[in-house]
Amino acid sequence: MNTPILELRNIRASYGSIEVLHGVNLTVGRGEVVALLGPNGAGKSTLIKVASGILRPSAGQLMIAGRDATGASANALARAGLCTIPEGRGIFPNLTVRENLLMATYSGHKLSDIEHSTYARFPRLAERRSQLAGTMSGGEQQMLSLARALATDPVILLLDELSMGLAPLIVSELYQQVAAIAAEGVSVLVVEQFARTVLGVADQAVLLAHGKVQAFGKASEIGEDVLASAYLGS
Amino acid sequence: MQELLTFTIIGLSTGAIYAVVASGLVVTYTTSGIFNLAHGATGMLAAFTYWQLRFDWDLSAPLALFITLFILCPLFGLLTERIVMRGLQGTTEVVRLSVTVALFAFMIGLANTVWPSNGSREAFLKFFEGNTIHIGGINVSWHKLITFGCAVVVAIVLRLLLFRTRMGVAMRAVVDDRSLTELNGGRPNRVAMFAWALSAMLAGLAGILLAGEQQLNIEPLVLLVINAYAAAIIGGLKSLPRTFAGAAVLGLLDAYYLQFSDNSWFPQSFMGFGLSGIRASIPTIVLFVALLVRPQSRLRAGTVRFREENKVPSWNTAVLGAVSLIVVVVGISGMLTRSNTLFLLNGFTLAIVALSLVPLTGYAGQMSLAPLTFAGLGAVAMSKLPGDGNLLTLLAAITIVAIVGAAVALPAIRLSGIYLALSTAAFAVLVTKLIFNQRQTFMSGNISVPILDIPFIDINSPRGRLILSATAFSLLGLGVIALRRSRLGRRLIALKDSPVAAATLGMNLTQTKLAAFAISAGIAACAGALAGDKVSPQQYDFTQSLPIVLLAVVGGVGTVGGALFGGLLLGGNAVLANAVPSLKNITKIMPGLTGITLGRNPSGATSQISEKFRPLLNRWGIISFSALGGVGIWALDASRIISHWAFFIGGVFWFLAVMPNLIAIIDGTSQRRWWASAIALTGLAISLGVDWDQAVDSTGKRLLSLILLVAIFGVGTQRVAENAPRIHHSSPDLLGLDVALTPDELDNVERELGVTI
Repeated sequence: MNTPILELRNIRASYGSIEVLHGVNLTVGRGEVVALLGPNGAGKSTLIKVASGILRPSAGQLMIAGRDATGASANALARAGLCTIPEGRGIFPNLTVRENLLMATYSGHKLSDIEHSTYARFPRLAERRSQLAGTMSGGEQQMLSLARALATDPVILLLDELSMGLAPLIVSELYQQVAAIAAEGVSVLVVEQFARTVLGVADQAVLLAHGKVQAFGKASEIGEDVLASAYLGS
Repeated sequence: MQELLTFTIIGLSTGAIYAVVASGLVVTYTTSGIFNLAHGATGMLAAFTYWQLRFDWDLSAPLALFITLFILCPLFGLLTERIVMRGLQGTTEVVRLSVTVALFAFMIGLANTVWPSNGSREAFLKFFEGNTIHIGGINVSWHKLITFGCAVVVAIVLRLLLFRTRMGVAMRAVVDDRSLTELNGGRPNRVAMFAWALSAMLAGLAGILLAGEQQLNIEPLVLLVINAYAAAIIGGLKSLPRTFAGAAVLGLLDAYYLQFSDNSWFPQSFMGFGLSGIRASIPTIVLFVALLVRPQSRLRAGTVRFREENKVPSWNTAVLGAVSLIVVVVGISGMLTRSNTLFLLNGFTLAIVALSLVPLTGYAGQMSLAPLTFAGLGAVAMSKLPGDGNLLTLLAAITIVAIVGAAVALPAIRLSGIYLALSTAAFAVLVTKLIFNQRQTFMSGNISVPILDIPFIDINSPRGRLILSATAFSLLGLGVIALRRSRLGRRLIALKDSPVAAATLGMNLTQTKLAAFAISAGIAACAGALAGDKVSPQQYDFTQSLPIVLLAVVGGVGTVGGALFGGLLLGGNAVLANAVPSLKNITKIMPGLTGITLGRNPSGATSQISEKFRPLLNRWGIISFSALGGVGIWALDASRIISHWAFFIGGVFWFLAVMPNLIAIIDGTSQRRWWASAIALTGLAISLGVDWDQAVDSTGKRLLSLILLVAIFGVGTQRVAENAPRIHHSSPDLLGLDVALTPDELDNVERELGVTI
């Protein structure tokens, strides 16, 4: 029962000949919310790409629920219950809201169920169901991308920079939803550049800089001085 | 009134075929971003396959249709996607288009091979041949009704598919965001395969319907797609309803023109130019107009990384290359037979045409499908201008064509990518139909272009013309490299890399594009003007331009060497076809086959080859040794110790198999060094020692032996001599600080920064 749901073992990843992650170890236990913090260019998004199967690591192992999933395709992982909301907006701008939800049915859920749960949580999306997703406001778009995570009941959720380009009020609303997802027992790995917005939700925190884990521990124990030295360089 | 109705029905039925073709184009373009120039050729193959099953093997029509449309066409589409198109992600539009050109050439070659046009064959009958139905006072054939019905069904099915099914929605989702589709659990590769299969079915359906209306010939069926381009462009390559409307308009225009042009009041000529070519040009004119009224293509922001990369040669390399090319051509030209001289001459002419694409397509990233059209205009200008071919005439011809090139580009300049390429194609077709095919232009089917008249030098022989064209290529190539290293050259590169960044820096995009087009047209005009022989309009036909564009891209359109490679390969292909009749069919398919490999190596073949030679340039000792070896082989030939063939094969072997491996041999460990030298020397001994004229009885077999020799001994030497690559994979943060740079890395860094010669 103690096998972590997601485990990265000594992961190295590179774009072309430039290595970005130099041996990263990270575990997300069942029902845990882990915050992945770090300054610009630390390799946070690369790590999410590796964990979601978009980028193949050049060395190391990706373990999911104790099984080796290194090299598995992103779509296979997604159908197995790994839900990733990528950086920016995780939506298809030229599809309608309803068609975006139809794309979520690859997870094995019925469209009617997904629609029902989404519109119950976000009534505003129900009003816009035949509107092109790209024409909605930034907050609404992010709601739509979270809706996939909420409706498809994933085993683990990877969130990349949820707050990007959004007003603080909307960000805190979205993080309430993340907390709600976590409360249902979903494990969450959340990337955030703004540490304070996420530390309230997270159990564990991992600090990444220069492609290596600099510090990890209970979210409440990550001190201001550690963050400051990682972000500003000491 | 009755007549008008008849022609309306004819027009709508033609439009229905266009609509089916165009919708197939739209399906693949929207899902994979690849504009499939080979779409018509797919339809042509399907029509031939159907004919084979239905009329040659006498299957029943439903069975033959089922096999063709629901088994073979989808299978073909699946394979096309899997084998060819999947490798093309992240390549430029130029490479993607070229690959479809390759496919196009491949399929035409295939059809020519399997169904040669000389044999008589069973007729291709319409569906329910002879049956008509009476509607509103006129007779309509069942075939026309079925055609019309098919278009309606296709429209409804596509609409339902794209908007009501998950597969259809996924097809549109892939266009929006490929990796997000994966994160949702969709399989983009499967979606793309489905789209290509669907598109092949639509092409097949249209091909079969059209073959019933017309005759079963390769060309009209293939060119059908050009008519459909216009419809697809009217739909913005996106909207299916507008595509269908566009197709209807095209069909009606064609039918009404047919009706009105029979009347006596209809003008038969305009300002002395016959108008008989107009009807065939209607779709092209519509295409041109549709392109021109398109809204300006938006400049795309954001960084776009392409997989192609080309290095700029230094002046030393360029001059060395140009001089050695001329020396080699002068050296071997004396040994060639007359026919081989003409073939090589043809190769160099094609190389100059391919060179015209280097500044335009390679540097500025603007696709042109009409290089030969400008060469044709150059030939016409050279022969019509006074002066009987002196240097001033040549200059005037080049200037005129360059101005024409800029003038043609002016209206099309707002377009980019595929739209620009199509407008050049439309231009090429129009020029061919309305100018080249006129009596006034080509009197009795051909005109003679005067030989260039240079004072004190007589070049009135094939050998002279060969040397002239090789010299012209070298000089123009140096000019192109000079251009690349100039201010304008950097602007061309900026135009390709990031139009947005260039525009925000205050660069005038229009001027830069016009300059690129003018320069390109001027270089192409040179190729035509230096023809020095009788030329016919067929030589400059639009369809002949496609293989040149293709092979230039295969060779590497970003480099002068790539143009030479492409031109000579195309010329060499003709040699091979001529020398070995049994290989003729393979040579028809070959340009297509080479192009299909592009997905794996989008920078072109020469960049790979020159990578091998690059290390040589820093070591003058090795260069001298290589040159000495070449001279030595030539001396053996000159003193009649070995034959011309042994010289040729030995020389090529020396160049391709020995020279690139010299450094590895010298730097290798002592044991490897001996083995590698032994292998290289064995290969050299075989290529020089065999009495090729006696032992091998045909040119083709000799060429094949050469290829085998290089492949076996060259690759063998390389494998044995090669040192393990020493490339660090450490982070750039650390490299050079915590970890020392290796000599190779230093060399590479200096080269990238341009601090060494």
